[in-house]
Amino acid sequence: MSILVNKSTRVLTQGITGATAQFHTRACREYGTQMVAGVVPGKGGTDFEGIPVFDTVEQARKQTGANASVIYVPPPFAADAILEAAAARIELVICITEGIPVLDMVKVKHYLRGTRSRLIGPNCPGVITPGECKIGIMPGYIHMPGPVGVVSRSGTLTYEAVHQLTLLGIGQSTCLGIGGDPIVGTGHVEALQLFNDDPATKAVIMIGEIGGTAEEEAAQYIKQYFKKPVVAFIAGQTAPKGRRMGHAGAIISGGRGTAADKIAALKAAGITVAMSPAELGSTMKSVLEARAAS
Amino acid sequence: MNIHEFQAKQILSRFGAPVPKGNAAETPDAAAKAFTALGVPKAVAKAQIHAGGRGKAGGVKLVSSAEEARAFAEKLLGKPLVTHQTGPQGRVVRRVYVEEASQVARELYLGMLVDRKAGTVAVIASTEGGVEIEEVAAKTPEKIISEPIDPLIGPAGFQARKIAFALGLRDKLTGQFATMLAALYRAFIETDASLIEINPLVVTADGKVICLDAKMSFDDNGLFRHPEIRELRDPNEEDPDETEAAKFDLSYVHLDGNIGCMVNGAGLAMATMDIVKYYGAEPANFLDVGGGASTEKVSAAFRILLSDSRVKAVLINIFGGIMQCDVLAQGVVEAARAVKLSVPLVVRMEGTNVDKGKAILKESGIAVIAASDMADAARRVVNAIGKQ
Repeated sequence: MSILVNKSTRVLTQGITGATAQFHTRACREYGTQMVAGVVPGKGGTDFEGIPVFDTVEQARKQTGANASVIYVPPPFAADAILEAAAARIELVICITEGIPVLDMVKVKHYLRGTRSRLIGPNCPGVITPGECKIGIMPGYIHMPGPVGVVSRSGTLTYEAVHQLTLLGIGQSTCLGIGGDPIVGTGHVEALQLFNDDPATKAVIMIGEIGGTAEEEAAQYIKQYFKKPVVAFIAGQTAPKGRRMGHAGAIISGGRGTAADKIAALKAAGITVAMSPAELGSTMKSVLEARAAS
Repeated sequence: MNIHEFQAKQILSRFGAPVPKGNAAETPDAAAKAFTALGVPKAVAKAQIHAGGRGKAGGVKLVSSAEEARAFAEKLLGKPLVTHQTGPQGRVVRRVYVEEASQVARELYLGMLVDRKAGTVAVIASTEGGVEIEEVAAKTPEKIISEPIDPLIGPAGFQARKIAFALGLRDKLTGQFATMLAALYRAFIETDASLIEINPLVVTADGKVICLDAKMSFDDNGLFRHPEIRELRDPNEEDPDETEAAKFDLSYVHLDGNIGCMVNGAGLAMATMDIVKYYGAEPANFLDVGGGASTEKVSAAFRILLSDSRVKAVLINIFGGIMQCDVLAQGVVEAARAVKLSVPLVVRMEGTNVDKGKAILKESGIAVIAASDMADAARRVVNAIGKQ
């Protein structure tokens, strides 16, 4: 088992004519993901290396049975691409695009409440269930199947955590990047809810960063409902106030959203917090060993 | 992106929000003329910098003649103004805004921002105007109200009334407030703003609601559809290194330490700063070269990093997913040769084409301290400055 994606997930790529989309569509297919369709308005009837391309998401879903979509469409058109996927009743929509105006996401979020689609991202690396299905831009080879779920607002920092786990021989159930924007489709809490219900996930690494209150809400949720051990890390302990640190959502505004606040909230909820990003894997290892011994 | 008060007031006024009449002046003469043009007995002259706390710092003055306006401008223009938000070096005042004075009966607070948790725009209001809202939030959070706005409907009449009553605005002030709120919301949506702050929002002695101060910030991701807003950017208010970095699509933030960091990915870049601190030193910057950086981009990043004279050692931490380690190594080699690298350089690389990358660094003859992982890299770079 796993969350969100597995062997039977059928994926379509929105914006498949772009260089980045093609590079990663190819890499995902090589990993073993079923890449069944591409969508580019006006390019219907063509194909990308044998993957059929359609004008609309609805056509692609009807003809290929795609149930997940990955979006590489440029920022001005990405919100529309998400809406199109949701309107076509795609169950899982993963938006990689960075740079979508936040007010576009306000509208998207509002629209999605009335649908059954789940959005991951935007501004995220995607989702991978090691050995089964990779959707997104993460390097597949660093992952291995196993018991640890990983949820993170960052891309490369997630790779760092996964790499540490794999070197220690600890595999992953599913790893998802929820995205670095202020408004994302799926937050830490929703991701934790999925991991809570997944029997294959025995423990979770949660990687947060400065800005917003998603980690504080996750701490509350974990304390009340989460049944599995969590190891957390918060990036940005040295970040200055009022400055955007790369990600649109990584900003301490009005004195709120500091790493110190988040770490305090997590610790108060009894969560193990790694203070160094180099100790994510080793901290998880000792948590798992302690659990096995008890 | 931030803009000046006078620019924010011009935008808000265009959307129909009530702001005092005023003119911006870049010289003492222009300030005198601005006073005369207003044709009022009293005006307020305000230093225009991208920072709050101007009043307490002496950057705001009530003036009653063109001469007084001129003298005030003379005193401020071209000189740094230090407020509690500027840091000790202050910000150089390049404009003074002269606007008609208002008879203030009450000072309130009104803000508009994106509520991340609710996923909507929210109105923030408080009876405690004229002081920093963070202070109010810390001391008397019950005096702050927050009202989420439905993106399809906008601020509904009942919401405007609810906020107005909470602010103690009654009778005809309620209607004025509702009209103003609608104007501010339109301005917010139609300019892709990320923040509008009216502090204080005032009720005048003659019964009018006016935006006495105004601050606006914009979503950088929305600027592509607002060329007219992008033109309001004031490079004088920005760090020159950060402006230079932006030209190469690099995300760079200046900090106070002495270890220069170059990393791919925002989260890993923050984590790298953190681990430098964890091992006892201070990072000189945040620098994210992005996912698919080219040799030129890496080279530019390295140049910008080393142009900071406080940098005593450099730490490069790359986890190549999309980014290939050999491309990074090539960029580093080119830049190190061009700038004649004179500080210790620690490189930690992992991921795609890592062996090729390591080979390029080795063959270049540049003195590179190779690190095996993040902790090793941080220890080595901290050691390197210790030995100097």
